[in-house]
Amino acid sequence: MFSREMINTWEVATIVAIVAGIVGFFVVLRGASFVAHAVPNASFAGAAGATLIGLNTIFGLGVFALASALGIGWLSKRGRSDAVTALILTLMLAIGALFLSWSSEYASQVYSLLFGEVLGVASNDVGITTILGAVAVIGIMVFYRPLLLSSVVPDIAQSKRINIFRVEIIFLLIVALVSTMAVPVVGTLLMFTLMVGPPASARSFADSPRVVIIISVTIALIIVWLSVIISYATDWPIGFYVGTLGVVSFLMGRIWSHARSGRGIE
Amino acid sequence: MRIVASFLIEPGFFSSAVVRNALITGAIVALVSAMVGVFTVIRSQSFAGHAMSDMSTLGGSGSFLIGINPLLGFVAASFALSGTMELLGVERRRGRDVATGIVLGGALGVSALFLYLDARSQSTTGAAVTILFGSLFAQSSARVPIMIALGLGGVIVLGIIYRPLLLSSISPDLALAQGIRVRLLSFLFLSVMGVSVALTSIEIGTILSTALLIGPASSALRFSRTPAIAMLCACSIGLIASWLGILLAYDSYYWPPKQRGWPVSFFVVVFIFLFYLASSFKERNSLLRRKNISLDRDTNLEVTS
Repeated sequence: MFSREMINTWEVATIVAIVAGIVGFFVVLRGASFVAHAVPNASFAGAAGATLIGLNTIFGLGVFALASALGIGWLSKRGRSDAVTALILTLMLAIGALFLSWSSEYASQVYSLLFGEVLGVASNDVGITTILGAVAVIGIMVFYRPLLLSSVVPDIAQSKRINIFRVEIIFLLIVALVSTMAVPVVGTLLMFTLMVGPPASARSFADSPRVVIIISVTIALIIVWLSVIISYATDWPIGFYVGTLGVVSFLMGRIWSHARSGRGIE
Repeated sequence: MRIVASFLIEPGFFSSAVVRNALITGAIVALVSAMVGVFTVIRSQSFAGHAMSDMSTLGGSGSFLIGINPLLGFVAASFALSGTMELLGVERRRGRDVATGIVLGGALGVSALFLYLDARSQSTTGAAVTILFGSLFAQSSARVPIMIALGLGGVIVLGIIYRPLLLSSISPDLALAQGIRVRLLSFLFLSVMGVSVALTSIEIGTILSTALLIGPASSALRFSRTPAIAMLCACSIGLIASWLGILLAYDSYYWPPKQRGWPVSFFVVVFIFLFYLASSFKERNSLLRRKNISLDRDTNLEVTS
């Protein structure tokens, strides 16, 4: 379990959990789960394009993640953001389908990009993941206050001369960064579940944003570590354990807040 | 004239059975999706709509695993998932967003397991790719009657709950005051959407299913004055986009680089996206922008009449 290849897995899993726990707090706070699902999924069309012209996968992922994040941000100015997100997502996936129809060897990678292959992480992936993850976390730290204000009380943020549109774009760019970092190593499903489940349940246990973020990171770490251990032992896909444990943690949060206040979280 | 026609339409387009099935399936899916889609967009449930199609993998892989009819698996999974979403979802939009996300994550996790277990007897990658991308050209005429029946069923249910659903989508408080059971309606609508989305996504893939559900409806709502007109416009947009897509995909058979045809979903989605971009020029009188003023007036009229 702690052999050489598994060390990479542990490192990547830990980094992904920490970043997802932090960024996910804002995903849940802003009601942006759809974006957190769409950007990683859309970026994976870029991976198909990159293999087609012989570039590094991570380059294609990055370009498509950025393009879809900016597309969502820009079109949301004038339309409904959830409908726009769906449209951009399908457009990117359709381009991905076109790329796939042009290449002949890519199909076998689809499964691993969707569901993740944590148990086979190469050591040069660890470096890229660490750097991109660090940039995302630094971005959150730098823009912590405007992000928080514009998510919770947009009116006050506006009166403090915070440009809401710019903050939204910065948030989308961070999501794009996180997708690029996580998709090649853990797959879109795992990253998405970690960005929604732990933060959503963490909100039931505390009120102060900083405490919620710490709890959210802790829950994400517990889920990921447990999943790696069980997945290693049983050989079942890790996505199953992360998905199920994410739901369990959310339900526990609901039960906790229900028991404490006598009513569900609103 | 004839040269122009055969340049635009490759010979054999109208005589091919594959094309005919694709045209029929495309039309059914486009019409049903457009009608369900108008409510989906009004209610801001695009995420749920997309999630349902992503999660149709669950019904498919699960029924394959225990060896029952996949159709039954899809319908059962759709009901179960929409029920769970409705139970978890709180009234506010952000709470609903998180609830959808949680259910999607859990369902995808379980279907990852199902696909893995299925893979012991069959190729996993194949299943995942087919469900994601699908193809309009892989339709058998045997499934057309089932699709028509289920599509009709969905549209009929939608027609029955049309008025109360509209009222509860636009102003839940007013609907509650009228004694309308808002949560039951919401569950009914989610189930109709779930069943139709699951079916379409298994027939033509997740991409096209989401695109046809959200795209035409959100374009139409930007320039239509009432939901009924929006439905008509959305139906036309969906129909035009899918038929043009099928035509171009058929033409593309000899296009570079591979000479084996470009995917239909690519063309259809591009058309839908262009429609959406074009619709932003006509937005001034849009239903969504004037929603608070005009629809409240509409619904008040309905209330008093």
